[in-house]
Amino acid sequence: MMSRGRIPAILTLVTLLGLTAGCGGAKNDELVIGEYGSLTGNDATFGGSTRDGVELAMAELQESDQGMIGGAKVRVVSEDDRGLPEEAVTVVKKLVNQDRVIAVIGEVASSRSLAAAPVCQENGVPMITPSSTNPKVTQVGDHIFRMCFIDPFQGTVMARFAYENLNLRKVAVLKDVRNEYSVGLAEFFTEAFLKMGGQVVVEQAFSAGDQDFRAQLTSIKAKKPEAIFLPSYYTEAGLIARQARELGITVPLLGGDGWESEQLIEIGGKALNGAYYSNHFAVDNPDPALQSFLQRYKAKFGKEPDAIGGLAYDAARVLFTAMGKLHEQDPQAFSGLLSSKAGTPERREATRKLRDVIATTTGFPGVTGTITLDENRNASKAAVVLAIKDEKKVFSAVVNP
Amino acid sequence: MSEFLQQLINGVTLGCVYALIALGYTMVYGILRLINFAHGDVYMLGAFFGLYLSRIFHAGTDPNPLKAVLVLVLSMAACGLIGIVIERAAYLPVRKSPRLSALITAIGVSLLLENGGILVFGPDPKFFPQIVPASNIQLLPGVTISNQQVIILVVSLVLMVALRFVVLHTRVGKAMQAVSFNHTAASLMGISVNRIITFTFMIGSMLAAAAGVLVALQNPKIDPLMGIMPGLKAFVAAVLGGIGNIPGAVLGGLVMGIAEVMVVGYVSPTYRDAIAFVLLIVILLVRPAGILGRNVAEKV
Repeated sequence: MMSRGRIPAILTLVTLLGLTAGCGGAKNDELVIGEYGSLTGNDATFGGSTRDGVELAMAELQESDQGMIGGAKVRVVSEDDRGLPEEAVTVVKKLVNQDRVIAVIGEVASSRSLAAAPVCQENGVPMITPSSTNPKVTQVGDHIFRMCFIDPFQGTVMARFAYENLNLRKVAVLKDVRNEYSVGLAEFFTEAFLKMGGQVVVEQAFSAGDQDFRAQLTSIKAKKPEAIFLPSYYTEAGLIARQARELGITVPLLGGDGWESEQLIEIGGKALNGAYYSNHFAVDNPDPALQSFLQRYKAKFGKEPDAIGGLAYDAARVLFTAMGKLHEQDPQAFSGLLSSKAGTPERREATRKLRDVIATTTGFPGVTGTITLDENRNASKAAVVLAIKDEKKVFSAVVNP
Repeated sequence: MSEFLQQLINGVTLGCVYALIALGYTMVYGILRLINFAHGDVYMLGAFFGLYLSRIFHAGTDPNPLKAVLVLVLSMAACGLIGIVIERAAYLPVRKSPRLSALITAIGVSLLLENGGILVFGPDPKFFPQIVPASNIQLLPGVTISNQQVIILVVSLVLMVALRFVVLHTRVGKAMQAVSFNHTAASLMGISVNRIITFTFMIGSMLAAAAGVLVALQNPKIDPLMGIMPGLKAFVAAVLGGIGNIPGAVLGGLVMGIAEVMVVGYVSPTYRDAIAFVLLIVILLVRPAGILGRNVAEKV
């Protein structure tokens, strides 16, 4: 990097001269944003929805401002991490070091966000995770943001829903030990449920990628719980639901936002009827901003969006808004975001300022709710609980923080 | 008690699947002294053929028993064909080479099938349609068996009995036994050794395909790398029972299946895969020839 220092330095000089002349920089300068997710692998709909959400935000920017912010074109580079934490690190390193992105949007899975976040933090590139709920993700550093609630809240929501709305007292927990999200959510749920006076009669575990859960379910069945809390991703949730019903377990299954996928019901089928899970939005919420988003999404991709897509859309728009704000407040710093400034101290300074602007996001009207980032860079939002009836997701309750 | 019985049923069902795959390992080993590492991937192919055949017949949307049988039989036929192709293309050319070459060829074929699978089928998991709608049968209070588990048990049993009949009571089976004793002597008796070997591969691959379809029926998530773990475990099962020994493979498979389910149910699910290899180490220390194996001095 040192040996390449001279050319960017000259470029910097040239663009600085250009700026004083009131011009926005070189003609082909762009603003490059990175996006990564699991387009393939075990939870492929997570990555697909995230990419679609960002793509929709980009398409709308194209319509309203010819895809430009502050006079420069915005370009999104998407990468597939195949659902593997180690691959997430590789693709984010590529985004940061080769594509020289100014900000990164991603991941859904907390394990993968946690793996890749240190790369962004070290390089001073802001990273916005649309939907990783594990509290540890934003604790990596001050450049890591999230657009959703965190698991201590989500765990409490489901515990309260089970205790108060469903009137349950004895619950079993079945978690994925190889999944940071699942372990965390199981812990927060248990804590909240015990505090309310409930009882966790048995805790069983499996490893991501397992196919057969009958042994665990048989142990659970013997303890006769009134419900099973299943903080896993949708693939396992669907498979477990089927096997539970085959073993004659009829109690309701409860889950978290990891269940949110168009494939959930395809995998689980009617075995999921009577299940509940917490989520970021319900498609039957009449909120006009949400409904218009649903329509636009459907028109572009020909399918209903899931909450993962909605959060990614919000993440992209929060980022675009922050970039626009930076351009208004500090055009000099903004020019450091242009692709010609990649690798210069100015870029470092610019991404730091961009970080500061993102951190001040307050009352942003997102489709998944109003987004206000707190001092820990987490959004505090309401959660909804969805019920699955007749192989369809229906809105059941809303819980405010 | 009912919990234990339920776990036992789960274990026996899983064990039957391992047994079906293990039979393929053991037959090929018995005849060629070759560990066919690609065998687990043939099992994967079986599941995928089943998936595509069910789509062609709309067996998922409009299930009926005839279609399910057709899916099973045609997948077995397709994999039998694949087995023949693999044997002719990959193993026949190295038959006269040192045994290590054949072993490495087997690993190569395995990698080829796995990565070819990723290329052709795509890396993300597919979901096998419900070609037999699930229902439960209550055996005892608290002990249930699903109709799919019954199908797995019955089909595996039928296939194993059929295999036993073929090996013991048909001309080709007797030829297989002769070849497994000695290639040269068998060929002197007028047996076409190459044809017998090809036949063995075909039978082994068909059994693996049956296991693939049966498992997919119960655990509908299938992906191109799904054959690695069951393949390894079935290999352990074959060694456990005494490699080269057909009843041994069945016994080994059952022991493995039950051990695995019991460990998950009563100890810890994280030891699910470890138990297979612990069993392997124990059996190699205590009885290297396997439970039913004959102790013969052998160079490997």
